[in-house]
Amino acid sequence: MSLLSVRDLTVKFAMRDQTVTALNGISFDLAKGERLGIVGESGAGKSITGFSLMNLLSRPGYIDNGQILFEGEDVVQMNDKRLRNLRGNRMAMIFQDPMVTLNPVLTIGQQMIETLMAHRKLSREEARQIAIVKLREVYIPSPEERLEQYPHELSGGMRQRIIIAIALLLDPQLIIADEPTTALDVTIQADIMELMLELCQSNQVGLILITHDLGVVSQMTERTLVMYAGRIIESGRTREIINDPQHPYTQGLINALPQQTLPGQRLKQIPGNMPGLASIPTGCAFNPRCKYATDLCRSRVPETVHYGEVEVACHEVQRLNSDEDRQEARA
Amino acid sequence: MFAYLAKRVIQAIAVMFVISLIAFAIQGNLGDPLRELVGQSVSEEVRQQLRDELGLNDSFVTQYLRFAGNALQGDLGTSYFFKEPALDVILKKLPATLELVFGATLIIVGFSVPLGVYTAIKPDSILSRIIMGLSIIGISIPVFLTAILMIFVFSVEYGWLPSYGRGDTVHVWGYWQTNFATADGWLHIILPSFALASIMLPLFVRLIRAEMMEVLQSEYVKYAKAKGIKPWRIYFIHALKNTLLPVITVGGVQIGTMVAYTILTETVFQWPGMGFMFLEAVNRVDTPLIVAYLIVVGFIFVVTNTIVDLIYGLVNPTVNIARMGA
Repeated sequence: MSLLSVRDLTVKFAMRDQTVTALNGISFDLAKGERLGIVGESGAGKSITGFSLMNLLSRPGYIDNGQILFEGEDVVQMNDKRLRNLRGNRMAMIFQDPMVTLNPVLTIGQQMIETLMAHRKLSREEARQIAIVKLREVYIPSPEERLEQYPHELSGGMRQRIIIAIALLLDPQLIIADEPTTALDVTIQADIMELMLELCQSNQVGLILITHDLGVVSQMTERTLVMYAGRIIESGRTREIINDPQHPYTQGLINALPQQTLPGQRLKQIPGNMPGLASIPTGCAFNPRCKYATDLCRSRVPETVHYGEVEVACHEVQRLNSDEDRQEARA
Repeated sequence: MFAYLAKRVIQAIAVMFVISLIAFAIQGNLGDPLRELVGQSVSEEVRQQLRDELGLNDSFVTQYLRFAGNALQGDLGTSYFFKEPALDVILKKLPATLELVFGATLIIVGFSVPLGVYTAIKPDSILSRIIMGLSIIGISIPVFLTAILMIFVFSVEYGWLPSYGRGDTVHVWGYWQTNFATADGWLHIILPSFALASIMLPLFVRLIRAEMMEVLQSEYVKYAKAKGIKPWRIYFIHALKNTLLPVITVGGVQIGTMVAYTILTETVFQWPGMGFMFLEAVNRVDTPLIVAYLIVVGFIFVVTNTIVDLIYGLVNPTVNIARMGA
């Protein structure tokens, strides 16, 4: 049985004058200890997916439909007490910006110990000892002193290590990391990613890594979901998605990487922008930006089909594969 | 720490200098002191002579320096009406005013935090809407009207609470008579305290609510939820502490302002404090007393603000007092 099984997850936002759909029937599975990447542009619904898994959407967002089975129990149906037991304990989250994630007026120790004591019957001293052990695991020097410090006394990289340590405090089954290195210096990004990979592998923790960085995904994850305008448009083994993308959008993303362009040339960007949630085009949401779009693409939402090694939601995937177009596009 | 303190003290001295200058300038423009001292039957020559003796013909600077020199030694002049040192007159009245301000502060702190937090956590509940509605009314109605309304309802109609004076007070130390030692004293301070609090309380409820709502939207509150922390701990440990930081700063200024508002409250309730005294002094053109009052109130203002800044530094870990000003 898989650790996490999401079925037909639909999330809506009740705005003042209309209700918009942010996630439209998302389904995916995650095995125990598996590492999954979710990629896409801003506004694709990646972060909303992450927060939904913990049932942590704040108003006006809400889960309209679907199931999130975690260890066999539906997160959507959980009451507040069950949810508290889930959050931070069986499923932990790493937020995007470590500069604003930790509470500025509480010490690192207070914020670690309270997490432990919220889930386990421990004395303060026992909790402190566990916190020290976890800080060592993320290579924080002199952890005893760090516990007495406030967040502003530590660097961004140090804070993100502490947040990783907090995520590991209660030995969760799954960690959701929402762009964990976007706010950090490039030099530290690689360190943090390496640390997360190492800890996930050694502790057999499942990881959902939300990012727009395809390089990170290829290095960190075994499987990848590509999202566009609230839907999964392509999913499969990370290696296949990176090396042989089927959906025109995924192809565009990979072609847009700087490595795909010779120095001095313009980056090959995908024309246009991700549509706003209130103005998602009919049919395939990607059709206005897609050079292969047909009338069918403009009128009907494509079904997800198994093609080659991946699952892809595109009407034209077969034509693309046989076409010369595709070879040209990848060149 | 020492550098910071020293800096604050120098600032306070500068402010006191300006206040004393303004107060002294007022003194020179509030009519002729000789008229108050000698009446009408004294001839112009004697008046001139008295003017010379009193130093009223000296230059402004000389007069101010004399005034400031005396003030530094605790001599703020002699009240024309009481024929006593003005500072003594004020110090006798000061405890009554401070107790009134203290009572109002207790009410404000005791009510604004729970009401502000509640209306922030449940912004759409009917009770929150009622509280917010009442707070608008509270801010809008002037203190003297609130006070008269309260007297009408609680003293005249129902006869529950006394409407004037301090009631039974107990001598504590020096000029200090306290209301808080007898039941009668407690009863007497209730209405004036609520009247004085009636403007600041709604202000604080709204301030705490606005700050708290902003804090509740923050990433660290969301993160605390993601860690499975219980709601009461999120509200009162994670959010409230961050909420109160700006509130402390505003609060300090407001406590000073409340000392000024006591003029209205004390007048309506015939409260024998220095606000009431000040109004009487104005009526009697008791210039030295008016000046002394301004300086004492200014001093209280400066002291409370300095203390508030120090407290802020202690509560907010991102302000390191030990290193500040260095």
